[in-house]
Amino acid sequence: MAGQEKSDAARYDEVVADPRYQKLLKRRGRFTWALSMVMLVAYFGYVALIAFDKGLLARPIGGGVTSLGIPVGVGLILLAILLTGLYVRRANREFDPLVQALRDGDEE
Amino acid sequence: MTGAGPNWPAIAMFAAFVAFTLAITAWAARRTKTRADFYAAGGGVSGFRNGLAIAGDYMSAASFLGISSQIFDVGYDGLIYSIGFLVGWPIILFLMAERLRNLGRYTFADVASFRFAQPPVRSFAAFSTLAVVLFYLIAQMVGAGKLIEVLFGLPYLYAVVIVGVLMTLYVLFGGMIATTWVQIIKAVMLLGCATIMALLVLVHFGFSPEALFARAVEVKTNLAAAAGSATDEAAHKGASIMGPGTFLKDPISAISFGMALMFGTAGLPHILMRFFTVPDARQARTSVLWATGWIGYFYILTFIIGFGAIAFVASNPHFLDAAGAVHVQPNMAAVHLADALGGNLFLGLVSAVAFATILAVVAGLTLSGASAVSHDLYATVIRKGEAKGEEEIRVSRITVVVLAVAAILLGIAFEKTNIAFMVSLAFALAASGNFPVLLLSLLWKGCTTRGVVAGGTVGLLLALVLTILSPAIWVTILGHATAPFPYTSPAIFSMPAAFLTIWLVSVLDKSPRAEIDRAGYLHQRIRSETGIGAAGASDH
Repeated sequence: MAGQEKSDAARYDEVVADPRYQKLLKRRGRFTWALSMVMLVAYFGYVALIAFDKGLLARPIGGGVTSLGIPVGVGLILLAILLTGLYVRRANREFDPLVQALRDGDEE
Repeated sequence: MTGAGPNWPAIAMFAAFVAFTLAITAWAARRTKTRADFYAAGGGVSGFRNGLAIAGDYMSAASFLGISSQIFDVGYDGLIYSIGFLVGWPIILFLMAERLRNLGRYTFADVASFRFAQPPVRSFAAFSTLAVVLFYLIAQMVGAGKLIEVLFGLPYLYAVVIVGVLMTLYVLFGGMIATTWVQIIKAVMLLGCATIMALLVLVHFGFSPEALFARAVEVKTNLAAAAGSATDEAAHKGASIMGPGTFLKDPISAISFGMALMFGTAGLPHILMRFFTVPDARQARTSVLWATGWIGYFYILTFIIGFGAIAFVASNPHFLDAAGAVHVQPNMAAVHLADALGGNLFLGLVSAVAFATILAVVAGLTLSGASAVSHDLYATVIRKGEAKGEEEIRVSRITVVVLAVAAILLGIAFEKTNIAFMVSLAFALAASGNFPVLLLSLLWKGCTTRGVVAGGTVGLLLALVLTILSPAIWVTILGHATAPFPYTSPAIFSMPAAFLTIWLVSVLDKSPRAEIDRAGYLHQRIRSETGIGAAGASDH
């Protein structure tokens, strides 16, 4: 266990110095914050409508009883699934190979 | 139909589910040898299976029975729950899931305390886990009790005791392996059952949602007219189910409730624990994608089921009294709909699935509560890491029994509450205690031991006190006339209070320990981002 920790610590120093690690942090960080912001803005925009303008969501669309709130609500559910899918796709294609190279300590 | 005596098809199907899951528990018990097996199913669950198990953990009685009943009562407002419950998942994926897997082993406290002094942070985590788990358990017990009352014609009390005993058996003997499989089976059954219900509803309306909504509005309008409203007023009441209504009256309640739902998901201990059952970060990620997909699909079904219940149940003479008012059990709209759509046999199937749903969620909750006591409090704080694996499992099993007794007693005390609402309170606690602690310990270098303990405690206690002072408990349970805290959810106050306290205390913290805490961030970050040095869920 102690030997394991020591070798981990040595590897940590290498990783910090590795430009690929910085690249990973920068790219993944930017991507995850952007996706998080999309979700937060969409959701709290919806919540703000409920808080301040209930009438807008209750307004019927297309001449029937179906209100604007229905497509908006279902749209939010689909957006959540879509954003999750986007992240997984890019993480599998781009971030995983980068992490793997770092873990293996490959030469660039 | 209520109190019409036992429903034998339902009892038979439920008995079959129980027999099958107990057989799985017996099988799992033979495979549960180490601590890693008991807490994390040995870390060998695939992303797809874990995704289903997460969905199983998440699609609780609150989702199925509570939300559909909320829609049945007031229409659109129920959808607000569904959306709030779902939008937390992308946030968990983007900010937490992979980091959790890379840093932790058995409980979320492993992650929250990674670079901090162990005893204080783990003590906080254990108490906050227990608080969240208990509120969540209440909701499930109430759902189960009502269900059995309607279904088997048994008293509420018996039902609550049956759930308590069964969940104890699953967790006690089968640990995480049995719990995971119970979740997976239940998720498949629930998704299948809800799909059939939604299809049966839609087929009546030629798969036109507009036709379904129009019929629901018509039914609600007729009901309002029957209750004595003038024509205009009745039409207005009928149409009101298509938009947000009275549930979140004021802006503060709406925003606060929205925050609790979204961020609470990211602080639920039984959900976070599921990320330790997968082998690596990639599988953790895959499991969130599957979970989000299944849960989102399920919520769309719930919406159809809720409106279907208005169309079929609220117009059915079977459920109306002489004056034309609807008489159904609270929280039971989906079950009544099954009766209206497919008669006794389908009612039996849906009830058995709903009951299975509750059992599975309760098992997951109990396991996470028990792990918090055994792994965080006992092994780390009391025994200072000297406890053997078997010893830890033994403490865990004792806790399971204690939690079961507590859940039964609380279930009896809270019989009358709306279960979806009760769950939202558990979310408020999780959003105010666990979530700020986890997020800042993962992402902010300056965070210190004192900061997270102080901030987490402030958030949790404030949420708890405001909840007790809110109408749901102060008026409904304790019987006072008005509530000192008028809003639906405490999160808008308690969550920022937690973040602010963590920040302030951390910044002011000049203790030697704070130096260690801040210095530990670099290594924590590398491990959380790359998984280098991450524990497999092995026991050594």
